[in-house]
Amino acid sequence: MNQSLSYWQTFLIVLKRDLQVAVRNKGDIFNPLIFFVIVITLFPLGIGSDSAILTRIAPGIIWVAALLSALLSLERLFKNDYLDGSLEQMLLSPQPLFIMVFAKVFAHWLLTGIPIIVVAPLLALLLHMEQSAYGAMLATLALGTPILSLIGGIGVALTVGIKKGGVLLSLLILPMYIPVLIFATSAIEAAALGMPFSGHLAIIGALLAGSLTLTPFAIGAALRVSTN
Amino acid sequence: MWKWLHPYAKPERSYQLATTLLPWFAISSIFCLSIGVVWGLAFAPVDYQQGESYRIIFIHVPAATLSLSTYMAMATAALVGMVWQLKLADAAAAAIAPIGAVLTAVALVTGAAWGKPMWGTWWIWDARLTTQLILLFIYLGIIALHSSFEDKVLAGRAAGILTLVGVINIPIIKYSVEWWNTLHQGATISKLDKPSMDSAMLIPLLINILGFALMIGALTLIRFRNEVIARNAMRPWVKELVALENK
Amino acid sequence: MHFDSLSEFFAMGGYAFYVWLSYGVTFTLLIGLTVISIRQRRNLINEIRSKQLREQKLKEYRKGKE
Repeated sequence: MNQSLSYWQTFLIVLKRDLQVAVRNKGDIFNPLIFFVIVITLFPLGIGSDSAILTRIAPGIIWVAALLSALLSLERLFKNDYLDGSLEQMLLSPQPLFIMVFAKVFAHWLLTGIPIIVVAPLLALLLHMEQSAYGAMLATLALGTPILSLIGGIGVALTVGIKKGGVLLSLLILPMYIPVLIFATSAIEAAALGMPFSGHLAIIGALLAGSLTLTPFAIGAALRVSTN
Repeated sequence: MWKWLHPYAKPERSYQLATTLLPWFAISSIFCLSIGVVWGLAFAPVDYQQGESYRIIFIHVPAATLSLSTYMAMATAALVGMVWQLKLADAAAAAIAPIGAVLTAVALVTGAAWGKPMWGTWWIWDARLTTQLILLFIYLGIIALHSSFEDKVLAGRAAGILTLVGVINIPIIKYSVEWWNTLHQGATISKLDKPSMDSAMLIPLLINILGFALMIGALTLIRFRNEVIARNAMRPWVKELVALENK
Repeated sequence: MHFDSLSEFFAMGGYAFYVWLSYGVTFTLLIGLTVISIRQRRNLINEIRSKQLREQKLKEYRKGKE
């Protein structure tokens, strides 16, 4: 074990392991996605099928549903590793925690963010979203869902040692999601009105860059507290 | 340079310091608050636009401004606790959180009660009220995280991380909410914008802000002492303290 | 004094409900927090005391056994 791994190798090993685990429990990938779809179909049933109203609220609904389904899938980011002890192994290993945390969050995004991005146009169709808004919706989801995984990672890392951490997790994390929600939905609304939305995207991109650099450290610190 | 500060890292010394400071803070805050409230309610002139209902600002403004400062104080304590591994600083942060939550709740309730006669509705998605609401959620999250750990030291460290995440996030939330508000509502609300205040109104307001700040200090000291006792229950000095306390 | 009479003071120019509601809620919450914080101390001290008594009894019991 003297041979040390490069950062890139560490990243790939952790990423590959997480993806393999997820492929074996397929429910982890599909359940949040099904939840996303069902939540979105509930809104027309609750509000009425008036297409004008649906068009108006489609961006908000899609984004709120994306937030909730990200929240639902977050717990498995560290929970199983915590229970079977591999999280502690990870913390004890000589590799930098930053890289491993980053790989785990990236795997989470691949497994939950990407499916949402793929399904979203279909659901936008059901909600009669404006034609011109599709591009903005995909762009905001592509830039925004990684932020959800990153910030959510802090919450999971803090609550992983607590028995009933699920509800607590949503209490901690949802307020932190508000800026992403605001900028993403207003970008889609701006696009629907035919206005430029590159400014909104730039802000979401800035949020993404900020959370990419800062959150892995916060997650690492939180994991050290939780595993203690 | 900082040598004089070192003895206070000992729980016993800082407990004693808190005990000495507490009566000063308590008495001066009661003094300031009673002057400020009586002056604001009974002696300050009426606002020609808003009538007597403006008297709510004498508690709304102190609560609203200080709720954010209280968060900053808590975050400073959390940062000190994290950087220097000072458990007392975590205790201070834990002591402050519920005070901040109560202040935020006060700011929200008084804001709503002021909004009803001014805007005709209890709640409006005004940028400032919305930010206060989110701040309340963050406070509640920190308190919930505190109470879900058995071990107080671990709880302090976990809540410290969350507090610092909040410090980065709160300005972003504040600006995003303000931006969202102007986007969706336009400049329909200008009544709440600070008018140039008459000094007869400003002085009681300032006295009240000072009174609130001193009260926060007093409450923090009371709760800080509790946190210190709870974390050092097995120490001899706490045992002595318990023995001295009459039943 | 700004108001001419006490009843005028309580009426608050027609805004009595809102003004007194805000002041009432504020003071209830703040005094409530103060009372809870002070009580917390008493509870803590009682808890520590009963813990000490328990330990003392345990010690005496063990001594008696020997």
